[in-house]
Amino acid sequence: MANWFDSPGKPSIKTSTKADIPDGLWAKCDNCNEVFYQKVIEENLWTCPECKFHFRISSRQYMSFLLDEGKFTKEIGRTLIPKDPLEFIDTQPYPKRIGDMQKKTGINEACIAGEGSISGHPVIMSLLDFSCIGGSMGSVVGEKVARVFKRGIQNRCPVITVNASGGARMQEGILSLMQMAKTSAIAGVFAREGLIYISIFTDPTMAGVMASYASLGDIIISEPNALAGFAGPRVIKQTIREELPVGFQRAEFLQKHGFIDIISSRKNLRELLVKILSYVSIQ
Amino acid sequence: MENVYLPFEKPLVELSNRIQALKELPNSEDYKTEILRLEKTANRLKEQLYTNLTPYQKVQIARHIKRPYTLDYLKIWQAEFIELHGDRHYADDSAIIGGFATIDDKKLMLIGHQKGRTLQERTFRNFAMANPEGYRKALRLMKLAEKMRLPVLCMVDTPGAYPGIGAEERGQAEAIAVNLREMALIKVPIIISVIGEGGSGGALGIGVGNRILMLEHSIYSVISPEGCAAILFRDQAKVEDSANALKLTAQSLLKLGVIDEIIAEPLGGAHNDWQTTADNLKKSILKNLKHLSHLEGSVLSKQRIDKFLSMGEFSEPYL
Ligand SMILES: [Zn+2]
Repeated sequence: MANWFDSPGKPSIKTSTKADIPDGLWAKCDNCNEVFYQKVIEENLWTCPECKFHFRISSRQYMSFLLDEGKFTKEIGRTLIPKDPLEFIDTQPYPKRIGDMQKKTGINEACIAGEGSISGHPVIMSLLDFSCIGGSMGSVVGEKVARVFKRGIQNRCPVITVNASGGARMQEGILSLMQMAKTSAIAGVFAREGLIYISIFTDPTMAGVMASYASLGDIIISEPNALAGFAGPRVIKQTIREELPVGFQRAEFLQKHGFIDIISSRKNLRELLVKILSYVSIQ
Repeated sequence: MENVYLPFEKPLVELSNRIQALKELPNSEDYKTEILRLEKTANRLKEQLYTNLTPYQKVQIARHIKRPYTLDYLKIWQAEFIELHGDRHYADDSAIIGGFATIDDKKLMLIGHQKGRTLQERTFRNFAMANPEGYRKALRLMKLAEKMRLPVLCMVDTPGAYPGIGAEERGQAEAIAVNLREMALIKVPIIISVIGEGGSGGALGIGVGNRILMLEHSIYSVISPEGCAAILFRDQAKVEDSANALKLTAQSLLKLGVIDEIIAEPLGGAHNDWQTTADNLKKSILKNLKHLSHLEGSVLSKQRIDKFLSMGEFSEPYL
């Protein structure tokens, strides 16, 4: 499940200051090599103005343009922090890995959740952060997602999840696997209540997250070119000993095979959600 | 079938060979006391080996080619089995079997991963690595069981769901996710028994139950020790370290609160004594079914949902 996929040479934004423009912070798109003002990239919601490449961004950045006021009105599970139930040590102890990540990213865990609104439509939302141990789902992520669906049931309110994950948090072993059953079970209770769930895939949405709550949206929206699937491409390639087709497991591939409703650019996403939410009658 | 020995069983094999050689001598009567002595030593050694198994040795036992598989148990139990095929959408997946079964007098819906032994069987069963159709067939049969008010028994024994191009095209992730959601809601008892390898999402895809039982030397893990070694330890040789770190044995999982019961295997493991293993497994399944049989459908579903909602360890300090 935990097919952490790695993607060497993945395009990213590199910021650098150029000597000839003293105060200008520049950013280069690694996908097309064009150089832009950092501000232009930001105004473009961290997509390349030239080649439309969608850069990986943090959950905070995602909230900033999706939610009214750019933030939650009430956070869910804000103080939840991970434990080390397996006393797991690989190349380093798990608590150290978490500590380093917290220092680097300034966040507690890979998931942030809360209540908010989109153009006045109330929503309960969870967002994953790929920069936090690959957005992997351990006990804290599972608990936050579960609470999001519970709050959705309480408030009779639609749920939106924004996903970016390599899969299960392997350092929490079997407990991370069980988060798949946990989040899917509560998504089932939520669905039985007749409530609406919108799932959004960003690059990447894989393995344990994809094979649980992320795939259970009534409406599934994806950013273009997002990688989404069960097994990592590397694992598949090793298993079948064949080259994988071009575009394999990308959003467009998934849509062709019937698993994604809409592919939307990041810039159009908020407007699209507002339109869709206007169809979700007051529950 | 030829005997297959695991690396750590080597001293035991040497002893058995010596005993066998002595027994085959024309004057074996003269060696009676020697044979008896060696047999005693062999038994002691077996006990020593099998009561101090490392996690990785358990991995090897869980994957043992002579370990009984789902259909073997049905045969030993002399259970009636009416197999039902297909997911009604695309294909019949022979990596997961399912159908009506009668164990003693108990009628139920049986679903299980099925491994193969010969090369031909293994290919036919795809090494018990199911495609989406396997999970969809399993769910179809569970819903049928719900309609007929039959309890469901799932036998888990897979290295994982199949990682292939077709599997992705047909929605492996979606198939497993839907099973996880729907199994939580089903209104008949569901008992899971892990009989060999519990390989990640491929195992969990038929693994959401009211009671989760595990054979003593079976394993259940988020990733194989081989995968963990390559990805987390960044060293493919560190398989044993990975097996230790993952806490994938039945004993560790009971402590973590993920499973409910460990079913004893005979000394020397299930592969050395199918009958005793099958007896123990049957006894536990029937006992657990009995405990669940008086519960109403909605209670069964709620119990299952609450069970999985409570899984996970975190802290929540007040700030
Ligand atoms: Zn570009």
